[in-house]
Amino acid sequence: MRSLPRAAAVSSAVALAASLAACAAGSGGSGQGSGPAAAPARDAEFSLTVWSNYSGREQDEVTKALESFKEKFPNAVIEHQGSQDDDKITAGIRGGNPPDVALSFTTDNIGQFCSSGAFQPLKPYLDRDGVDLGQIPDAVRSYTEYKGNRCAMPMLSDVYGLYYNKELLAAAGITAPPRTTSELLDFAKRTTRRAADGSLEVVGFLPSMPFYANRPQIWAPHFGAEWETADGRSGLATPEWAAMLEFQKRLVDFYGHDALERFRAGLGQEYSADHAFHRQKIAMMVDGEYRTAFLADQAPEVEFGTAPFPVPDDRPDLYGTGFTTGTIMGIPKGAGNPGAAWELIKHLALDTDTVVELANGIKNIPSTKAALADPGLEVDENFRTFVDLATSGKLRGNPVTPIGDAHIKAVGDFATAWQAGQVPDVLAGLREVDRRVDEQIAKSGK
Amino acid sequence: MTARRRLTVLALLAPAVLGFAAFFGYPLVATVVFSFTRYDLINPPEWIGLANYEYMLGDELFARAVGNTLWFVVVLTATRVVFALGVASVIARLKSGVGLVRTLCYLPSLAPPVAATLVFFLVLRPNEGPVDTFLGWLGVQGPLWFADPAWAKPGIAAVVLWVSGDLMIIVLAAILDVPREQYEAAELDGAGPLRRWWHITLPSISPVLLFGVVNSIILALQLFTQAVVAGSAASGSADVTGSTKDLGFPENSTLTFPVWLYAQGFRYFDMGYAAAMATVLFAVSFLATALLVQRMRRATHQEEGA
Repeated sequence: MRSLPRAAAVSSAVALAASLAACAAGSGGSGQGSGPAAAPARDAEFSLTVWSNYSGREQDEVTKALESFKEKFPNAVIEHQGSQDDDKITAGIRGGNPPDVALSFTTDNIGQFCSSGAFQPLKPYLDRDGVDLGQIPDAVRSYTEYKGNRCAMPMLSDVYGLYYNKELLAAAGITAPPRTTSELLDFAKRTTRRAADGSLEVVGFLPSMPFYANRPQIWAPHFGAEWETADGRSGLATPEWAAMLEFQKRLVDFYGHDALERFRAGLGQEYSADHAFHRQKIAMMVDGEYRTAFLADQAPEVEFGTAPFPVPDDRPDLYGTGFTTGTIMGIPKGAGNPGAAWELIKHLALDTDTVVELANGIKNIPSTKAALADPGLEVDENFRTFVDLATSGKLRGNPVTPIGDAHIKAVGDFATAWQAGQVPDVLAGLREVDRRVDEQIAKSGK
Repeated sequence: MTARRRLTVLALLAPAVLGFAAFFGYPLVATVVFSFTRYDLINPPEWIGLANYEYMLGDELFARAVGNTLWFVVVLTATRVVFALGVASVIARLKSGVGLVRTLCYLPSLAPPVAATLVFFLVLRPNEGPVDTFLGWLGVQGPLWFADPAWAKPGIAAVVLWVSGDLMIIVLAAILDVPREQYEAAELDGAGPLRRWWHITLPSISPVLLFGVVNSIILALQLFTQAVVAGSAASGSADVTGSTKDLGFPENSTLTFPVWLYAQGFRYFDMGYAAAMATVLFAVSFLATALLVQRMRRATHQEEGA
């Protein structure tokens, strides 16, 4: 049977040739052209598929906003598919079967979306339609583009600040939220409660990283910590990052690392009714404006307040700053109807009535200055904090790199090791993280 | 063989050969080719030679993932085979209630991995889970399980072990297949239960045990779902939408080789590096399995010769 090995060799050769052909097939470029696709006529009949990661109540609200597009294009048919995360969007693009419009929650991926061409450049459309990007706050603009390539537009935004439990603070004799990290440390100690056996029952402020919204990118702006050096390299080995980590360590040392880990291990999931703040197990925390809606829905009995997150005592200028991120919208590579897709994105991103209605529906922060100032925006006392932060001009966006959230994971891993007492020299450790991040960015070739 | 007969054989083999070439041969060759490229699966691959393999040598988390996966290979292989053999041996000797016990041991293997892992997470949850509460009554402070880097892997191993009823059923079938005459002859010669099990049962089912070992090694090398779910739940992000789940939590103790491969290919858009990792994984799995099978065969032949 000499023919079978020969057949196997032929099969292998065919497979190799096919794989190389696949490489070559991929070299055809985006095929989208450089000019903008024409906008549909007002009475044109067309359909658009929209993928988002919304579900349940929020998906219904977004669908409502999408339907308002028919006021401009009455014959448009929009199919909104929820529960589509970035993996599915990317798989759709890679498989040549993407939606017309993709909504992503993960601004960490904007560098990849823009640099890889997964999302088409929007500049030709912006130029053609004379869109004034100045109507979008600077920080929001920063997380929707990469190195000058705007490949996404924002659909609302999230802004992060301090949440505090009024009852727990009052029980400790505290009448106003902390403004400095010294006050935060002091208030955290005073609101912490231990059981007779020394275990933690209530933690004043949980600094564990990563947990809930305790993420490096959310903490960094309050300490003035920057991600990059002036020459574009990873710039973590700075006094600001060290100050942030040392503050966390002081808190961890107060609780005791093992006791804190035991306390944390028993806490509920971030978006469940079992969240520690809902259960009044933590007195203060950092979180986004959307938590106001979760609290109203899942724990209306909790009396809470909101405020800008505290800043170091020697950096009062930073008070009122905060982190912002949000949903981003793009036209995926290979989208069937990019001209109409852009019209829909423009509608959701820039039409003030639509933005306000959607913001009211899902309790997010509007991503245009006009919508932020619109009298139709429903703002209560706690939500006001986040609107004020959004209009402060001091917000910081997501750090954008071509390696997704790999750099954020690197810092998170380091913070975990540091809090556990495994790092003797914080600045030397941060230099090592810088080296690894730079290597990974170099590997990406972008 | 005549030309006509040869053609007939080829025609009959064609569907299998084509299927093998399309769904195994092509992906395998393509993966190896892509491992020498920088490739985001969106733009054309760019040939970079051995750069992905060189980066692998200095990738701290790659080494961590290899260590974690090797831990699972050793522990899961040993515990799964011992569990399957032990339970099957007991069931084979039961006089009554065989059906019930067999069903109870097999049933968990039907549970979806995500559900099984979440059940273990909730049952073992510190402070509020039933196991910790029970240990508390006894005055014992239980471990933090999935939240503790020292206990997260044993916790996941427990989940995998719990759903190993499929292997137990296969071993049980092999034990029941051993000819009764051999036991009767040994009994007449005065061999006790232990000697009968050691000299008759074990050698008779050794090919099935070899299958169990190989199957467990491959399962451990591919461990993904349980690690991701356990890490996400322990970090409080099981219900987070978007791609922000904490892979490897806590302290990368659950970052298995496939999890890190997934992160590289699908989170960081580095399909070239992911392909290089997949190539290494395939080579190691293939070599380990081939060596194991060869050694076991040699041992079996020597035994038969003796």
